Amino acid sequence: MTLYDQLPALVVVVLLFTAPITYMLRLHGFPWFSATAAVVTSFLVACSLAATTITGETIIYEMGGWPAPYGIVLHIDALSALMAMLITGASSAALIFGFKSLADEVGEETAPAFFAAWLLCTAGLVGMVITGDAFNIFVFMEISSLSTYVLISAGPDRRALISTYRYIVMGTVGATFYLIGVGFLYMVTGTLNTADLAARVGQVEDIRLVLVAAGFVSVGLAIKAAIFPLHSWMPNAYTFAPNAVTVFIAAASTKVSLYVLMRVDYAIFQNSITNHDVQLTFFLVPLGVLALFAGSMLAIYEKNLKRLLAYSSVAQIGYIALGISMTSVAGLTGAIVHMFNHGLIKGGMFMAVACLALRYRTVNVANLAGAGKTMPWTMAAFVVGGLGLVGVPLTPGFISKWYLVLAALDEGWLGAMLVAVILISSLLAVIYVWKVIEVAYFAEPRANAVPVNGEAPLAMLIPTWIVVLTGIWIALDTSVTVGLASLAAKNLLGVAL
Amino acid sequence: MELLGLYNYFVFAVLLMIGLYCILARTNIIKSLIGLTIFQSAVFLLYISMDKIDGGTAPIIQEGVENQVFANPLPQVLILTAIVVGISTTALALAVTVRIKEAYGTIEEDKIQEMDREL
Repeated sequence: MTLYDQLPALVVVVLLFTAPITYMLRLHGFPWFSATAAVVTSFLVACSLAATTITGETIIYEMGGWPAPYGIVLHIDALSALMAMLITGASSAALIFGFKSLADEVGEETAPAFFAAWLLCTAGLVGMVITGDAFNIFVFMEISSLSTYVLISAGPDRRALISTYRYIVMGTVGATFYLIGVGFLYMVTGTLNTADLAARVGQVEDIRLVLVAAGFVSVGLAIKAAIFPLHSWMPNAYTFAPNAVTVFIAAASTKVSLYVLMRVDYAIFQNSITNHDVQLTFFLVPLGVLALFAGSMLAIYEKNLKRLLAYSSVAQIGYIALGISMTSVAGLTGAIVHMFNHGLIKGGMFMAVACLALRYRTVNVANLAGAGKTMPWTMAAFVVGGLGLVGVPLTPGFISKWYLVLAALDEGWLGAMLVAVILISSLLAVIYVWKVIEVAYFAEPRANAVPVNGEAPLAMLIPTWIVVLTGIWIALDTSVTVGLASLAAKNLLGVAL
Repeated sequence: MELLGLYNYFVFAVLLMIGLYCILARTNIIKSLIGLTIFQSAVFLLYISMDKIDGGTAPIIQEGVENQVFANPLPQVLILTAIVVGISTTALALAVTVRIKEAYGTIEEDKIQEMDREL
């Protein structure tokens, strides 16, 4: 046994073990440093796992040496590796970026607990994507949710508390629905290992309980993933969380629930329930289309910049839902690439918003007049991100929308309508992005406006631009993201490689 | 008779709905948290019910006892984890409630909403 064999476990274990150390060592600056070191280590491990899985290999790691299906296994394929990279990458970027803004928003006294919660949140999210056990997913889901509640409630505004409370209620109901679904699956199959479940569900004769389980699991995960109309917890949670926390959870947390939805529906239910793909289409297509329109419209009329971006996330999750609903390799590839690319785009944009918030002390769009002149680099990053949301060529948003449109064109008349929907909602994105650009570049600051002292500090600008440029890079060189995503899509659908 | 045999599952469904109704219908934060706890407890009952076998006992292997029927220990272990998760959620939610009371001076959701709208 070399250390290399233990890499799959290390990606979570490093985070879990650093959390209590971070909490106990109450030295000045230490919590931030140890959290960042652990998360970056975990990111590097995730990258090396991705390098292994891109060849088509699936890593099975038996926890404690207990063989499946009796023990808990870690099951890492292309999809898990891509998601693990996204989560740990977003977490490291947000922490490095947040050195200044978190010190500003989170007091010295609460810092150890805050950063310990941050580590647990990352560990929970990574755990959800690499585990191969349906109940273990629930445990990691609750680890990440409980710590996300802590992170959001650290926000400076008192409305952060009431948003946290609403998120706790919705999140717990969602997770409990998932737990009920897993319970029913266990009743009919007697196993919790996902690979084993997939094989045994097909042999169940009375399919009724499996259908009920599928319903509970799908709705529960839809709540956690903020699929419209179950998104009501999300805009306020994003708005009132500390800025760096918003960067992290907007980039990673809802995507993980979408990942589990994809995994459960395709790996377990697709092969066992007849007409499952039709039912999934009828469940997700209306919700996805509604999300695209409702999210975009709400964003157009929103005055608070952070909430505007949160509503835009509701719309973007609609794209991912549409991609998942199309049972084709191209559709799933589009959905998976969009999860990754949207994480990068939104992460970068929320970073730019955090820079604006640091200088302007407000995130009301109307008060940001003149930001294009006083903070040119920050606003440039915001504009590049906005173009990504619209899906302009050379931005990451273009790649994923391209795959979604290609997939939709294969679906006949319904697909042609979906193409129209995707194009119209991209135009709506132009409106809400333009609204911000117009104020920042062309509006005159009010006479009584507080003077703003220049550009954001380099410690915040550099991470922002690294994320933005990474986005451009993966738009130009799609070999890693699309390579992993198409591999993952083929795996999920059981198509020969 | 068959219906009576499913007694536990009926209680599960009823408790689940009582909990969900409580969460949706109450504006007082503590009351809807009570609903949330009932909601979670219903699931504990579901898991405990599914492992029970008629005449089954605790799964401990003893010398001299053969052909013994055992209750399935796995759901019990699972639900022990879920109970811990439930307690942590309730504790965290109550801690947030204390801070809400400190910040707003009330724990009625509709009043809090009004206070936020004035801002």
